[in-house]
Amino acid sequence: MAQEIRVPEVSDGVTEGLVISVAVAVGDKVEADQTLLEMETDKAVVAIPSPFAGTIAEIRVSEGETVQVGAVIMTGEPGGGEAAAPVPAEEPAAEPSAAPAVASAVEPEPEEAPAAPEPAPAPAPTQVADVDLTPVREGERVAPAAPSVRRLSRDLGVDIYQVQGTGPGGRISEEDVRLFVRETMQRITGGGPAPAVTGEFPGLHAQRPLPDFSKWGGVTQEPMSKVRSITADAMSYAWSTIPMVTQYDKADITELEEFRKEFNSKVDPAGKLTMTAILVKICAAALRAFPQFNSTLDLARRELILKDYVHIGVAVDTPGGLLVPVLRDTDRKGIETLAVELNEMAAKTRERRMSPADLEGGSFTISNLGGIGGTAFTPIVYAPQVAILGVSRAGMEPVWDGSQFNPRLVMPLSLTYDHRVIDGADGARFLRWICQAIEKPINLVMKG
Amino acid sequence: MSEKTVIPAQAQLVVIGAGPGGYAAAFKAAELGLQVTVIDPEANPGGVCLHRGCIPSKALLHVSKLVNEAAESVAIGVTFAKPKIDVDKVRAWKDEVVGKLTGGLGMKIQHKKLTYVRGMAQFTSATTLSVTAVDGTVGEMTFEQAIVATGSRPIMLPGVEPGSERIIDSTGALELADVPASLLVVGGGYIGLELGSAYQGMGSKVSVVEMTNGLLPGCDRDLVSVLKRRLDVKFDAIMLNTKVAGLKEMKTGVQVTLEDKKGEKTTQKFAKVLVAIGRRPNTEDLGFDRAGIELDEKGFVKVDGQRRTAAANIFAIGDIAGEPMLAHKAYAEAAVAAEAAAGRKAVYDPRAIPAVVFTDPEIAWCGITETEARAAKRKVKTAKLPWRGVGRTLTLGREDGITKLIVDPETELVLGVAVAGPGAGELIAEGVLAIEMAAVASDLRGTIHPHPTLSETIYEAAEMLFKP
Repeated sequence: MAQEIRVPEVSDGVTEGLVISVAVAVGDKVEADQTLLEMETDKAVVAIPSPFAGTIAEIRVSEGETVQVGAVIMTGEPGGGEAAAPVPAEEPAAEPSAAPAVASAVEPEPEEAPAAPEPAPAPAPTQVADVDLTPVREGERVAPAAPSVRRLSRDLGVDIYQVQGTGPGGRISEEDVRLFVRETMQRITGGGPAPAVTGEFPGLHAQRPLPDFSKWGGVTQEPMSKVRSITADAMSYAWSTIPMVTQYDKADITELEEFRKEFNSKVDPAGKLTMTAILVKICAAALRAFPQFNSTLDLARRELILKDYVHIGVAVDTPGGLLVPVLRDTDRKGIETLAVELNEMAAKTRERRMSPADLEGGSFTISNLGGIGGTAFTPIVYAPQVAILGVSRAGMEPVWDGSQFNPRLVMPLSLTYDHRVIDGADGARFLRWICQAIEKPINLVMKG
Repeated sequence: MSEKTVIPAQAQLVVIGAGPGGYAAAFKAAELGLQVTVIDPEANPGGVCLHRGCIPSKALLHVSKLVNEAAESVAIGVTFAKPKIDVDKVRAWKDEVVGKLTGGLGMKIQHKKLTYVRGMAQFTSATTLSVTAVDGTVGEMTFEQAIVATGSRPIMLPGVEPGSERIIDSTGALELADVPASLLVVGGGYIGLELGSAYQGMGSKVSVVEMTNGLLPGCDRDLVSVLKRRLDVKFDAIMLNTKVAGLKEMKTGVQVTLEDKKGEKTTQKFAKVLVAIGRRPNTEDLGFDRAGIELDEKGFVKVDGQRRTAAANIFAIGDIAGEPMLAHKAYAEAAVAAEAAAGRKAVYDPRAIPAVVFTDPEIAWCGITETEARAAKRKVKTAKLPWRGVGRTLTLGREDGITKLIVDPETELVLGVAVAGPGAGELIAEGVLAIEMAAVASDLRGTIHPHPTLSETIYEAAEMLFKP
């Protein structure tokens, strides 16, 4: 049943208007309140809305025609599609003043709004490789920025569509572009908006933009654990700031290992003597003998900070990652005590029962991977320490004693040190000293 | 006869076509230090715009304006004698205007030490051209980079003999052979309406026939409505939804068969017929295939954001590089192409290209139109200010006009500005600047506009957006 659409009362004293545009055609589906035509009256340009959702059946006026208020301008069939029941005509707002009145209208949103409003990106324009061509996005919603700002953005190689404008209406200023560059640089070269992890120096988190790995297969992202993230920071810092040298050596532990086994056969598990505990004691003595290995470099002040204490960290492999609990005053404790402490500390650490203080204050570190295997590795100095001892798996080797080869149990050691503090000769001497102490423990007392 | 044309053997940058796009690109490139050769068949640069388009048509519209204003001034108590049009003198004046401007450009070519070859060029590869000078000299030329700006030409109805004296295109109309007693304009686009208006002012009885249901297809109807009200009075007839079914050239005129929407045919006779049904890009006979230049499905040259064609060392700008076919669009592309050729990072990314119809009243718009917003189902907020209460309009003896702002309802960013009314073409520049600068409606409202001027309508329209 066709319904007539009439010119509503638009304003006091307005009896007629001039049709200046007809916005629909016969057969068009319209929504309720959609603009059907616009009429210029003495006071304003008024949009005449559709009183219902439906289909336009007939248009009885044309542009340039004068129509009276109340006259039938169109007819239409209400309903159809998902349109709701007829909606009563709403009078458009118009000011009853003598001044020209508002005739602003927000276009009604179509009910079937396009589900995916993002148009597919235009095919990349052919371009010459050495020209940095910021994408031109004709037709899309444009980035609100003045031509000078767009040019600046292009010169800096910034995609203006990624810049958040701070001006009215999201307008992008020159400052917004500069801020974007600054933030991007910080994010890429380090620091970034959240330098909470270490904040030590920019460059720590240096990373080039990553490729899209999903191009090559499935990926999942996992957040870095706290331990992983601290390790990453510490290692990046050490690797990028410390010029490191690794010195390799071997110690004959045949006799020591015999002693250790014999000792362990007599003690309860808590006091079990490990090679690491013995090495802690030997290293403590070595650090006393070579105090520069028990130091920290303060480049800013051009000073070497020598420590009166010998606290040795021991790398512990835990389910949550690498942790380094610290044994205190190792130079003043006997091996038995150190063995007990180390066993207890390692257990605590694996169970994550240690306190943060247990992980602090180390002046040297031992990393023993002998339990797992391997012939040698290069540990990384744990800044601000200046040296670290790596221990690999001992094995039987033929050793020449001057007249013949003897089967001996030999343990590979690697010492990485900060070459800014320690010279190669000292590094070699320090590690040799340790080896000799292992081989002939009398040296510990002789030299220590 | 002067000496034979010298065709240089090589050029760092060759510009083919010296219209607004070509000469602007050539001057810019020369400024940036490139050694430039320009090739065009005319004696002086200028292209369609100066020789056969924008400039001569505006000169003739000025004549029309004087005549119409003089006639209408009776209403305000000033009566002039009926004007006498000396066609020869009008033509001479128009030619003088064109001559001054194109001559000026010719001087500039010399002054900037560009090489100007009067002739035509054809690509023989992506780095070589075959050049035929108008004096018949033929030469080969190698180039590093090229900017092609060969423009467009009017489309003629099929079956019309070229060179017809009674069935003419815009070029013929601007030659102003005479002022015919009656003129049928085929095509209700801007060229037809401008030239129809010019001839109406000079004394022709003008009729317009348009195939679609409205004048200026694509333009918002409320703007067209302002113009149509006046043209309905000035023109003899505006026939919409009507096709030209036949044209028969006779000794005293042209017999035109018109067919309306229902298929009913009528025959009318006009002294002349002006065909203004569109323009076609000049992409033929240029050896594009040999250079590796590609065309899109609409026949325009495919270009990227720097106006580089599929052959990366060759740029295309202006009418051949796509709609809108407007001189100022070509200027902008020219600057980009010249800068890119000089190794700069320029990119063509206008936010708004103004369009102006130089009828009386003028219609001008830029940015998004209401029609486009509706088609794209984009939410917009509009303010429309009729001019009938505006002081400056009334003091001009007019009251027809409308100023429209189209803004984003959420951000209030100005998306489109449109003006219909006398002087609209001058007013629209503010709209273009507003859109380019990403102005919001408050910016327009917060800008002091001079009183009493028509520019105040932009301020007042902005003000309307903030009324409760």
